[in-house]
Amino acid sequence: MEAVKIVSSYAIPGIFLVILGVGVYRDVKVFDVFVDGAKEGVATVVRIIPSLVGLMVAVGVFRASGALDLLIYATRPVASFLGIPSEAMPLAFMRPISGSASLALVSDIIEANGPDSFVGRVVSTMMGSTETIFYTLTVYFGSVGIKNIRYTLVAALIADTVSIIASVLACRMVFGM
Amino acid sequence: MLNYVWMGMLVIGFFVGILNGRVEEVTKAAINSAGKAVELGIGLLGIMCLWTGLMNIAEKSGMMQYISRALKPVLKFLFPDIPEKHPAMGAIVMNLAANFLGLGNAATPLGLKAMSELQKLNRHKDTATDSMCMFLVLNTAAIQLIPATVIAIRTKFNSQNPEEIIGTVWIASICATIAGIIAAKVLSAVRSKGRRA
Repeated sequence: MEAVKIVSSYAIPGIFLVILGVGVYRDVKVFDVFVDGAKEGVATVVRIIPSLVGLMVAVGVFRASGALDLLIYATRPVASFLGIPSEAMPLAFMRPISGSASLALVSDIIEANGPDSFVGRVVSTMMGSTETIFYTLTVYFGSVGIKNIRYTLVAALIADTVSIIASVLACRMVFGM
Repeated sequence: MLNYVWMGMLVIGFFVGILNGRVEEVTKAAINSAGKAVELGIGLLGIMCLWTGLMNIAEKSGMMQYISRALKPVLKFLFPDIPEKHPAMGAIVMNLAANFLGLGNAATPLGLKAMSELQKLNRHKDTATDSMCMFLVLNTAAIQLIPATVIAIRTKFNSQNPEEIIGTVWIASICATIAGIIAAKVLSAVRSKGRRA
Protein backbone atom coordinates (compact mmCIF):
# COMPACT_ATOMS: atom_id res chain seq x y z
CA MET A 1 0.00 0.00 0.00
CA GLU A 2 3.09 2.20 0.01
CA ALA A 3 2.54 2.41 -3.75
CA VAL A 4 -0.70 4.36 -3.28
CA LYS A 5 1.09 6.87 -1.06
CA ILE A 6 3.86 7.30 -3.63
CA VAL A 7 1.31 7.82 -6.41
CA SER A 8 -0.42 10.47 -4.28
CA SER A 9 2.74 12.41 -3.65
CA TYR A 10 3.93 12.36 -7.28
CA ALA A 11 0.48 13.03 -8.78
CA ILE A 12 0.55 16.83 -8.65
CA PRO A 13 4.12 17.38 -9.91
CA GLY A 14 3.49 14.74 -12.58
CA ILE A 15 0.31 16.41 -13.80
CA PHE A 16 2.00 19.81 -13.87
CA LEU A 17 4.86 18.46 -15.99
CA VAL A 18 2.56 16.63 -18.41
CA ILE A 19 0.21 19.59 -18.90
CA LEU A 20 3.01 22.14 -19.26
CA GLY A 21 4.85 19.78 -21.62
CA VAL A 22 1.83 19.26 -23.87
CA GLY A 23 1.08 23.00 -23.71
CA VAL A 24 4.55 23.99 -24.88
CA TYR A 25 4.50 21.26 -27.53
CA ARG A 26 1.19 22.60 -28.82
CA ASP A 27 2.48 26.20 -28.85
CA VAL A 28 0.12 27.40 -26.12
CA LYS A 29 1.15 30.65 -24.38
CA VAL A 30 1.16 28.82 -21.09
CA PHE A 31 1.36 31.68 -18.61
CA ASP A 32 -1.26 33.87 -20.34
CA VAL A 33 -3.62 30.93 -20.62
CA PHE A 34 -2.96 30.04 -16.98
CA VAL A 35 -3.89 33.53 -15.80
CA ASP A 36 -7.04 33.48 -17.90
CA GLY A 37 -8.09 30.20 -16.35
CA ALA A 38 -7.21 31.34 -12.84
CA LYS A 39 -9.67 34.22 -13.23
CA GLU A 40 -12.37 31.63 -13.69
CA GLY A 41 -11.30 30.12 -10.36
CA VAL A 42 -11.88 33.46 -8.63
CA ALA A 43 -15.34 33.73 -10.16
CA THR A 44 -16.25 30.18 -9.10
CA VAL A 45 -15.17 30.68 -5.50
CA VAL A 46 -16.81 34.10 -5.17
CA ARG A 47 -20.01 32.61 -6.58
CA ILE A 48 -20.20 29.88 -3.92
CA ILE A 49 -19.43 32.10 -0.90
CA PRO A 50 -23.06 33.19 -0.30
CA SER A 51 -24.32 29.61 -0.27
CA LEU A 52 -21.37 28.59 1.91
CA VAL A 53 -22.36 31.26 4.43
CA GLY A 54 -25.92 29.92 4.60
CA LEU A 55 -24.82 26.31 4.84
CA MET A 56 -21.94 26.77 7.28
CA VAL A 57 -24.26 28.64 9.63
CA ALA A 58 -26.72 25.74 9.44
CA VAL A 59 -23.95 23.19 10.06
CA GLY A 60 -22.49 25.31 12.87
CA VAL A 61 -25.85 25.63 14.63
CA PHE A 62 -26.53 21.94 14.11
CA ARG A 63 -23.22 20.98 15.73
CA ALA A 64 -23.21 23.51 18.59
CA SER A 65 -26.74 22.57 19.67
CA GLY A 66 -25.81 18.92 20.09
CA ALA A 67 -28.14 17.87 17.27
CA LEU A 68 -25.20 16.60 15.21
CA ASP A 69 -24.12 14.36 18.08
CA LEU A 70 -27.68 13.03 18.31
CA LEU A 71 -27.69 12.28 14.58
CA ILE A 72 -24.29 10.58 14.80
CA TYR A 73 -25.51 8.59 17.81
CA ALA A 74 -28.76 7.58 16.07
CA THR A 75 -26.99 6.39 12.92
CA ARG A 76 -24.29 4.49 14.82
CA PRO A 77 -25.90 1.05 14.18
CA VAL A 78 -25.96 1.69 10.41
CA ALA A 79 -22.41 3.07 10.53
CA SER A 80 -21.01 0.09 12.39
CA PHE A 81 -22.93 -2.30 10.12
CA LEU A 82 -21.27 -0.72 7.06
CA GLY A 83 -17.95 -0.24 8.85
CA ILE A 84 -18.03 3.55 8.47
CA PRO A 85 -16.75 5.82 11.27
CA SER A 86 -19.92 7.37 12.70
CA GLU A 87 -18.57 10.93 12.49
CA ALA A 88 -18.55 10.50 8.69
CA MET A 89 -22.22 9.44 8.50
CA PRO A 90 -23.71 12.95 8.18
CA LEU A 91 -21.56 13.48 5.09
CA ALA A 92 -22.66 10.15 3.62
CA PHE A 93 -26.26 11.40 3.76
CA MET A 94 -25.48 14.91 2.55
CA ARG A 95 -23.17 14.09 -0.36
CA PRO A 96 -25.85 12.99 -2.87
CA ILE A 97 -28.07 15.96 -2.00
CA SER A 98 -25.87 19.03 -2.21
CA GLY A 99 -22.28 19.78 -3.17
CA SER A 100 -21.93 23.04 -1.26
CA ALA A 101 -23.64 21.62 1.85
CA SER A 102 -21.17 18.72 1.71
CA LEU A 103 -18.33 21.18 1.42
CA ALA A 104 -19.57 22.96 4.54
CA LEU A 105 -19.87 19.62 6.37
CA VAL A 106 -16.45 18.35 5.29
CA SER A 107 -14.84 21.54 6.46
CA ASP A 108 -16.66 21.26 9.79
CA ILE A 109 -15.77 17.57 10.28
CA ILE A 110 -12.13 18.15 9.36
CA GLU A 111 -11.91 21.10 11.72
CA ALA A 112 -13.40 19.03 14.56
CA ASN A 113 -11.39 15.83 13.99
CA GLY A 114 -8.19 17.03 12.30
CA PRO A 115 -7.32 16.53 8.62
CA ASP A 116 -4.84 13.73 9.32
CA SER A 117 -7.10 11.71 11.61
CA PHE A 118 -8.75 8.57 10.26
CA VAL A 119 -12.12 10.33 10.08
CA GLY A 120 -10.51 13.33 8.38
CA ARG A 121 -8.98 11.13 5.70
CA VAL A 122 -12.20 9.17 5.19
CA VAL A 123 -14.37 12.27 4.72
CA SER A 124 -11.75 13.77 2.38
CA THR A 125 -11.83 10.63 0.26
CA MET A 126 -15.64 10.47 0.30
CA MET A 127 -15.90 14.11 -0.74
CA GLY A 128 -13.50 13.61 -3.64
CA SER A 129 -14.95 10.40 -4.98
CA THR A 130 -18.67 11.13 -5.45
CA GLU A 131 -20.85 13.70 -7.10
CA THR A 132 -24.11 15.38 -6.20
CA ILE A 133 -26.56 12.84 -7.58
CA PHE A 134 -29.92 14.58 -7.17
CA TYR A 135 -28.74 17.87 -8.63
CA THR A 136 -27.14 16.26 -11.69
CA LEU A 137 -30.17 14.08 -12.40
CA THR A 138 -32.58 17.01 -12.05
CA VAL A 139 -30.61 19.34 -14.31
CA TYR A 140 -29.70 16.82 -17.01
CA PHE A 141 -33.04 15.03 -17.30
CA GLY A 142 -34.93 18.29 -16.81
CA SER A 143 -33.10 19.89 -19.75
CA VAL A 144 -34.68 17.46 -22.23
CA GLY A 145 -38.01 16.92 -20.49
CA ILE A 146 -37.56 13.29 -19.39
CA LYS A 147 -40.17 12.32 -16.78
CA ASN A 148 -39.50 8.59 -16.36
CA ILE A 149 -35.85 8.16 -15.36
CA ARG A 150 -36.23 4.36 -14.93
CA TYR A 151 -33.35 2.78 -12.98
CA THR A 152 -30.97 5.76 -13.06
CA LEU A 153 -31.42 6.83 -9.43
CA VAL A 154 -31.08 3.27 -8.14
CA ALA A 155 -27.87 2.66 -10.10
CA ALA A 156 -26.45 6.05 -9.06
CA LEU A 157 -27.20 5.38 -5.38
CA ILE A 158 -25.58 1.93 -5.64
CA ALA A 159 -22.45 3.60 -7.05
CA ASP A 160 -22.60 6.17 -4.25
CA THR A 161 -22.87 3.53 -1.52
CA VAL A 162 -19.97 1.59 -3.03
CA SER A 163 -17.85 4.73 -3.09
CA ILE A 164 -18.57 5.40 0.59
CA ILE A 165 -17.63 1.88 1.63
CA ALA A 166 -14.63 1.85 -0.71
CA SER A 167 -13.44 5.17 0.77
CA VAL A 168 -13.34 3.65 4.25
CA LEU A 169 -11.66 0.44 3.07
CA ALA A 170 -9.10 2.30 0.96
CA CYS A 171 -8.19 4.60 3.87
CA ARG A 172 -7.91 1.64 6.21
CA MET A 173 -5.63 -0.21 3.79
CA VAL A 174 -3.45 2.75 2.87
CA PHE A 175 -3.19 4.64 6.17
CA GLY A 176 -4.13 1.97 8.72
CA MET A 177 -6.58 2.83 11.51
CA MET B 1 -34.69 19.55 -1.62
CA LEU B 2 -31.85 21.65 -0.23
CA ASN B 3 -34.45 24.15 0.95
CA TYR B 4 -35.87 21.53 3.32
CA VAL B 5 -32.47 20.26 4.42
CA TRP B 6 -31.23 23.76 5.19
CA MET B 7 -34.36 24.79 7.06
CA GLY B 8 -34.43 21.44 8.87
CA MET B 9 -30.86 21.80 10.12
CA LEU B 10 -31.47 25.32 11.38
CA VAL B 11 -34.85 24.65 13.00
CA ILE B 12 -33.76 21.35 14.57
CA GLY B 13 -30.47 22.94 15.59
CA PHE B 14 -32.06 25.91 17.37
CA PHE B 15 -34.75 23.70 18.90
CA VAL B 16 -32.30 21.10 20.25
CA GLY B 17 -30.04 23.93 21.39
CA ILE B 18 -32.86 25.45 23.47
CA LEU B 19 -33.77 22.04 24.93
CA ASN B 20 -30.11 21.36 25.75
CA GLY B 21 -29.70 24.73 27.39
CA ARG B 22 -27.04 25.71 24.88
CA VAL B 23 -28.72 28.81 23.50
CA GLU B 24 -25.65 30.98 23.85
CA GLU B 25 -23.33 28.47 22.19
CA VAL B 26 -25.77 28.09 19.32
CA THR B 27 -26.06 31.82 18.82
CA LYS B 28 -22.30 32.19 18.91
CA ALA B 29 -21.91 29.32 16.43
CA ALA B 30 -24.37 30.95 14.02
CA ILE B 31 -22.47 34.21 13.99
CA ASN B 32 -19.00 32.65 13.92
CA SER B 33 -19.90 30.25 11.12
CA ALA B 34 -20.85 33.10 8.81
CA GLY B 35 -17.33 34.47 9.18
CA LYS B 36 -15.84 30.99 8.85
CA ALA B 37 -17.62 30.49 5.53
CA VAL B 38 -15.93 33.55 4.08
CA GLU B 39 -12.58 32.35 5.48
CA LEU B 40 -13.13 28.97 3.86
CA GLY B 41 -13.94 30.64 0.56
CA ILE B 42 -10.75 32.69 0.74
CA GLY B 43 -8.81 29.61 1.79
CA LEU B 44 -10.08 27.84 -1.32
CA LEU B 45 -9.32 30.77 -3.58
CA GLY B 46 -5.59 30.17 -4.06
CA ILE B 47 -5.67 26.51 -4.92
CA MET B 48 -8.82 26.86 -7.03
CA CYS B 49 -7.11 29.55 -9.15
CA LEU B 50 -3.99 27.43 -9.45
CA TRP B 51 -6.05 24.48 -10.54
CA THR B 52 -8.44 26.19 -12.97
CA GLY B 53 -5.42 28.01 -14.44
CA LEU B 54 -3.51 24.80 -15.00
CA MET B 55 -6.59 23.09 -16.40
CA ASN B 56 -7.10 25.96 -18.81
CA ILE B 57 -3.67 25.14 -20.25
CA ALA B 58 -4.77 21.49 -20.51
CA GLU B 59 -7.96 22.52 -22.30
CA LYS B 60 -6.28 24.92 -24.73
CA SER B 61 -3.60 22.38 -25.64
CA GLY B 62 -6.20 19.82 -26.63
CA MET B 63 -5.82 17.38 -23.72
CA MET B 64 -9.55 16.73 -23.79
CA GLN B 65 -9.20 15.39 -27.33
CA TYR B 66 -6.39 13.05 -26.26
CA ILE B 67 -8.44 11.71 -23.37
CA SER B 68 -11.51 11.40 -25.60
CA ARG B 69 -9.60 9.30 -28.10
CA ALA B 70 -8.39 6.99 -25.33
CA LEU B 71 -11.94 6.61 -23.99
CA LYS B 72 -13.61 5.76 -27.35
CA PRO B 73 -13.26 1.93 -27.23
CA VAL B 74 -14.66 1.75 -23.69
CA LEU B 75 -17.59 3.94 -24.65
CA LYS B 76 -18.60 1.67 -27.52
CA PHE B 77 -19.17 -1.06 -24.95
CA LEU B 78 -21.03 1.25 -22.56
CA PHE B 79 -23.28 2.85 -25.19
CA PRO B 80 -24.08 0.12 -27.74
CA ASP B 81 -27.22 2.01 -28.88
CA ILE B 82 -25.40 5.08 -30.18
CA PRO B 83 -24.34 4.91 -33.85
CA GLU B 84 -20.58 5.21 -34.41
CA LYS B 85 -20.39 8.72 -35.86
CA HIS B 86 -23.33 10.23 -33.99
CA PRO B 87 -22.64 13.64 -32.34
CA ALA B 88 -24.01 12.26 -29.04
CA MET B 89 -20.87 10.14 -28.66
CA GLY B 90 -18.61 13.15 -29.14
CA ALA B 91 -20.47 15.19 -26.55
CA ILE B 92 -20.45 12.33 -24.03
CA VAL B 93 -16.72 11.75 -24.42
CA MET B 94 -15.90 15.44 -24.09
CA ASN B 95 -18.12 15.77 -21.02
CA LEU B 96 -16.44 12.81 -19.30
CA ALA B 97 -12.99 14.16 -20.18
CA ALA B 98 -13.92 17.59 -18.78
CA ASN B 99 -15.21 15.98 -15.57
CA PHE B 100 -12.04 13.94 -15.28
CA LEU B 101 -9.94 17.09 -15.43
CA GLY B 102 -12.25 18.87 -12.97
CA LEU B 103 -13.40 21.45 -15.56
CA GLY B 104 -16.83 21.92 -14.02
CA ASN B 105 -17.67 24.96 -16.15
CA ALA B 106 -16.91 23.13 -19.39
CA ALA B 107 -18.51 19.86 -18.30
CA THR B 108 -22.07 21.06 -17.75
CA PRO B 109 -22.75 22.58 -21.21
CA LEU B 110 -21.18 19.50 -22.84
CA GLY B 111 -23.35 17.26 -20.68
CA LEU B 112 -26.51 19.15 -21.64
CA LYS B 113 -25.47 18.91 -25.31
CA ALA B 114 -25.01 15.16 -24.87
CA MET B 115 -28.49 14.86 -23.36
CA SER B 116 -30.14 16.74 -26.23
CA GLU B 117 -28.29 14.57 -28.78
CA LEU B 118 -29.36 11.44 -26.90
CA GLN B 119 -32.92 12.74 -26.88
CA LYS B 120 -32.86 12.82 -30.70
CA LEU B 121 -32.19 9.07 -30.67
CA ASN B 122 -35.00 8.51 -28.17
CA ARG B 123 -38.31 7.09 -29.42
CA HIS B 124 -40.28 7.71 -26.21
CA LYS B 125 -39.56 11.35 -25.48
CA ASP B 126 -40.57 11.33 -21.81
CA THR B 127 -38.71 8.13 -20.88
CA ALA B 128 -34.96 7.79 -20.39
CA THR B 129 -33.05 5.50 -22.74
CA ASP B 130 -30.42 3.03 -21.54
CA SER B 131 -27.74 5.34 -22.91
CA MET B 132 -29.07 8.28 -20.91
CA CYS B 133 -29.15 6.25 -17.70
CA MET B 134 -25.59 5.02 -18.29
CA PHE B 135 -24.39 8.54 -19.07
CA LEU B 136 -25.83 9.95 -15.87
CA VAL B 137 -24.53 7.11 -13.73
CA LEU B 138 -21.04 7.74 -15.13
CA ASN B 139 -21.49 11.42 -14.42
CA THR B 140 -22.52 10.99 -10.79
CA ALA B 141 -19.68 8.55 -10.08
CA ALA B 142 -17.25 10.87 -11.89
CA ILE B 143 -13.58 10.00 -11.62
CA GLN B 144 -11.56 13.10 -10.83
CA LEU B 145 -7.87 13.42 -11.56
CA ILE B 146 -7.18 15.83 -8.69
CA PRO B 147 -9.78 16.56 -5.98
CA ALA B 148 -8.63 20.18 -5.70
CA THR B 149 -11.31 21.44 -3.30
CA VAL B 150 -10.65 18.71 -0.75
CA ILE B 151 -6.91 19.33 -0.93
CA ALA B 152 -7.56 23.03 -0.32
CA ILE B 153 -9.66 22.30 2.79
CA ARG B 154 -7.02 19.92 4.14
CA THR B 155 -4.35 22.55 3.57
CA LYS B 156 -6.42 25.16 5.37
CA PHE B 157 -6.64 22.97 8.48
CA ASN B 158 -2.86 22.37 8.49
CA SER B 159 -2.69 18.83 7.18
CA GLN B 160 0.87 17.46 7.19
CA ASN B 161 0.21 15.95 3.81
CA PRO B 162 -2.86 17.44 2.12
CA GLU B 163 -2.49 15.52 -1.15
CA GLU B 164 -2.12 12.09 0.47
CA ILE B 165 -5.79 11.33 -0.25
CA ILE B 166 -5.40 11.45 -4.05
CA GLY B 167 -4.67 7.72 -4.20
CA THR B 168 -7.61 6.74 -2.00
CA VAL B 169 -9.92 9.04 -3.98
CA TRP B 170 -8.89 7.27 -7.18
CA ILE B 171 -9.48 3.82 -5.65
CA ALA B 172 -12.90 4.79 -4.29
CA SER B 173 -14.08 6.48 -7.48
CA ILE B 174 -12.92 3.62 -9.71
CA CYS B 175 -14.85 1.19 -7.47
CA ALA B 176 -17.91 3.46 -7.63
CA THR B 177 -17.73 3.76 -11.41
CA ILE B 178 -17.42 0.02 -11.91
CA ALA B 179 -20.29 -0.61 -9.49
CA GLY B 180 -22.41 1.99 -11.29
CA ILE B 181 -21.72 0.46 -14.72
CA ILE B 182 -22.54 -3.05 -13.49
CA ALA B 183 -25.69 -1.81 -11.75
CA ALA B 184 -26.86 0.06 -14.85
CA LYS B 185 -26.19 -2.89 -17.19
CA VAL B 186 -27.85 -5.41 -14.86
CA LEU B 187 -30.89 -3.24 -14.13
CA SER B 188 -31.36 -2.54 -17.83
CA ALA B 189 -31.21 -6.28 -18.65
CA VAL B 190 -33.61 -7.18 -15.83
CA ARG B 191 -36.14 -4.53 -16.78
CA SER B 192 -36.17 -5.34 -20.48
CA LYS B 193 -36.61 -9.06 -19.76
CA GLY B 194 -39.54 -8.16 -17.49
CA ARG B 195 -41.15 -6.15 -20.26
CA ARG B 196 -40.91 -8.96 -22.80
CA ALA B 197 -42.38 -11.58 -20.48
